[in-house]
Amino acid sequence: MEFTFTEEQTRFRKEIRDFLEEEIKQGLWKPSCDAWIQGYNPEFTKRVAQKHWIGLTWPKEYGGQGRSFVDRFILAEEMLRYGAPAACHWFADRQIGGSILKYGSEEQKREFLPKIIRGEMYVGLGMSETEAGSDLASLRTMAVEDGNDYIINGQKTWTSGAWFMNHIYLLARTDTTVPKHRGISEFIIPINLPGISRIPMIDVTGTEAWNDIFFDNVRVPKKYMIGEKNRGFYHVMEQLAYERSGFVRLMGNYALFDALIKFVNETKRNGKTLSQDTVIRHKLVQLQVEFEVGRLLMYKVALVMDEGQAPTVGAAMSKAYATAFEQRLANTAMEILGPYGLLWAGSKYAPFGGMAAHSYLGSKGYSLQAGTTEIMKNIVATRGLGLPTS
Amino acid sequence: MNLALSEEQEILKEAARNFLEEKCPKSFVKQMEQDEKGYSPELWEEMANLGWTGLAFPEKYGGSGMTFLDLCVLLEEMGRACLPAPFSSTVVLGALPILNAGREEQREQYLPMIASGKAIFSLALMEPELEYEPKAIAVEATPDGDAYVINGCKLFVPYANVADYLLCVARTSKREEGITIFTVDAKSPGVKYTVLKTMAYDKLCEVLFDHIRVPKEAILGQLDQGWPEVQKIVERGDIAKCCELVGNFQWTLEDTTAYAKERKQFDRPIGSFQAIQHYCADMATYVEGARLSAYQAAWMISESLPCAKEIAVAKSWINEVSPLIFNLAHQIHGAMGLTMEHDLHFYTTRAKPVEFSYGGDNYYQEAIAKEMGLA
Repeated sequence: MEFTFTEEQTRFRKEIRDFLEEEIKQGLWKPSCDAWIQGYNPEFTKRVAQKHWIGLTWPKEYGGQGRSFVDRFILAEEMLRYGAPAACHWFADRQIGGSILKYGSEEQKREFLPKIIRGEMYVGLGMSETEAGSDLASLRTMAVEDGNDYIINGQKTWTSGAWFMNHIYLLARTDTTVPKHRGISEFIIPINLPGISRIPMIDVTGTEAWNDIFFDNVRVPKKYMIGEKNRGFYHVMEQLAYERSGFVRLMGNYALFDALIKFVNETKRNGKTLSQDTVIRHKLVQLQVEFEVGRLLMYKVALVMDEGQAPTVGAAMSKAYATAFEQRLANTAMEILGPYGLLWAGSKYAPFGGMAAHSYLGSKGYSLQAGTTEIMKNIVATRGLGLPTS
Repeated sequence: MNLALSEEQEILKEAARNFLEEKCPKSFVKQMEQDEKGYSPELWEEMANLGWTGLAFPEKYGGSGMTFLDLCVLLEEMGRACLPAPFSSTVVLGALPILNAGREEQREQYLPMIASGKAIFSLALMEPELEYEPKAIAVEATPDGDAYVINGCKLFVPYANVADYLLCVARTSKREEGITIFTVDAKSPGVKYTVLKTMAYDKLCEVLFDHIRVPKEAILGQLDQGWPEVQKIVERGDIAKCCELVGNFQWTLEDTTAYAKERKQFDRPIGSFQAIQHYCADMATYVEGARLSAYQAAWMISESLPCAKEIAVAKSWINEVSPLIFNLAHQIHGAMGLTMEHDLHFYTTRAKPVEFSYGGDNYYQEAIAKEMGLA
């Protein structure tokens, strides 16, 4: 047992912090909640790429660094601690690259991985459909063979950040004659192909968070199919374990936690700081305990990945846990701020740029996306504890 | 980073589980509930012969030279078995403070006795006021020539009824922090104990010190400066208890999921219903957090790393989830789980006292507040 990091990892963490603090000092961006998913900043992504921090765990032969998942989690933890705008590369780095490595052809690895690593390829996710949410295998978007191509027709929804993505990961049905799980394939395609259009969806915070993506006779060369035809559902189940794992689930709104602690230390009511209020103090300490436990759950997942396994159960457990934590954190911030917490960014009265209002509402999405809390708990119960499905 | 037990620890764990499954079935646990001593001296001797009581001290004191973390692995199995014995009170509350703060002659006097199973120890710390601060210690040790005379009442002293020695935390100065730890012969006349009847039958006692005269050589550590050592005892004791409780929780989770798989209603196992599955998933998450946080702190204590925050996190988490785990376990078991025929009640009742051992919630809350920079 060793609940600690190596000296090299400690140095790595320091290097990341120094880099991010310098960026903030230079005014290149401001820390914000949800910056990992909404923080569009190609220049930042380029600078991260220059540090060789994209594709950290991928083999050196494809331009990666061949480092451990614990290292990658350290990187993610620090990016989130500082609320850094890493959305352009986040998805490709977290899950798409790994999926290509595992299931892609040699040609696909050579084509895509270096582009992701250079911070040039941003991949949005085209999984859910209006009638295929938790029951993803019911998806209806079709991919029909036509010579050397597939013709794609259908509609995807909830694609985050599609307005800045230049590629889309797509799940489509390639066989209708077999049980639904066995007729799905994966593609990675440029988002500017003829026939692809999108309609933005504004979420309750007023952000253009998601998009409907439409595919109207989109011709896709066969070389963009990833892995074996009709095995896509099984591949994506594994990919989802990677999507669910990690610090985004715990620290998406860490910037708010940080700001809140400063706020209670500096704000006086009735002659004492808010931090001295017994109830407030207790609530914040409780959040910190939950945060620390969440952090352990996260690193345990990294260790499972370092053993070469998909962290199916651990990722499900930690995602359900951590997204609930984020919601509690946001609500505690609202309780402490009172009506000030209701204010959007832009109001002169809004504490820390309206982060509380944004996070209170925005955090409700995280127990839904990448697998609902209900699905997460089903996985823990059936896959982890062996409970029967019928 | 590595969260797995070593091969040696796995062997210890398995040996302990096998031994306790044989020697400490629930019929034995039940029998001990009604037993005056509350433990079996024969079993105690066997455990000493296995090297358990001396596991964590150096070989020169008759121990096995293993670590605090190894001890915690053993304690987890004891928690899983609901072992009724003065083990943690003797080893964690008695022996480790002597090893840590005692003079060489005190170590030589007491540790071999403990390692060989010849002496039972306990800690007389809490008082009726229950405040966990030095100023709340009212039991007094008054100097009298070369000796001290101890007077007062201690409460919730584990296994004082069978203890050979007590570490007594007493006031030796009017200064708030003027606290001293004494080793006291528990069998001397004037030490009077009453076993308190508790839900866990864990032999918590009231102990009255009535003009107990002890030589100044009985001081453990420094005169008037005992409180920092008391804090160490409490923190170590709490983490030991947390690891014990991890064993308890693990059994409870396994037993509850097994029941959910087997119990049928509406012609299907209740564990196939999503509501029950989610209860089980929540329990598993609470237990996982308990295990990781408890072992993190145990490892850090073992490695002598500063870990005030990690101890506080483990203790606070476990205090928070313990009642939740048992609410869910009982909900899933239905009324059967509340009967004496089912084993679950042993675990429910053994878990509860851990929430109150040994430091109060406020103590840990402040440790975390400080670490997170709350003014």
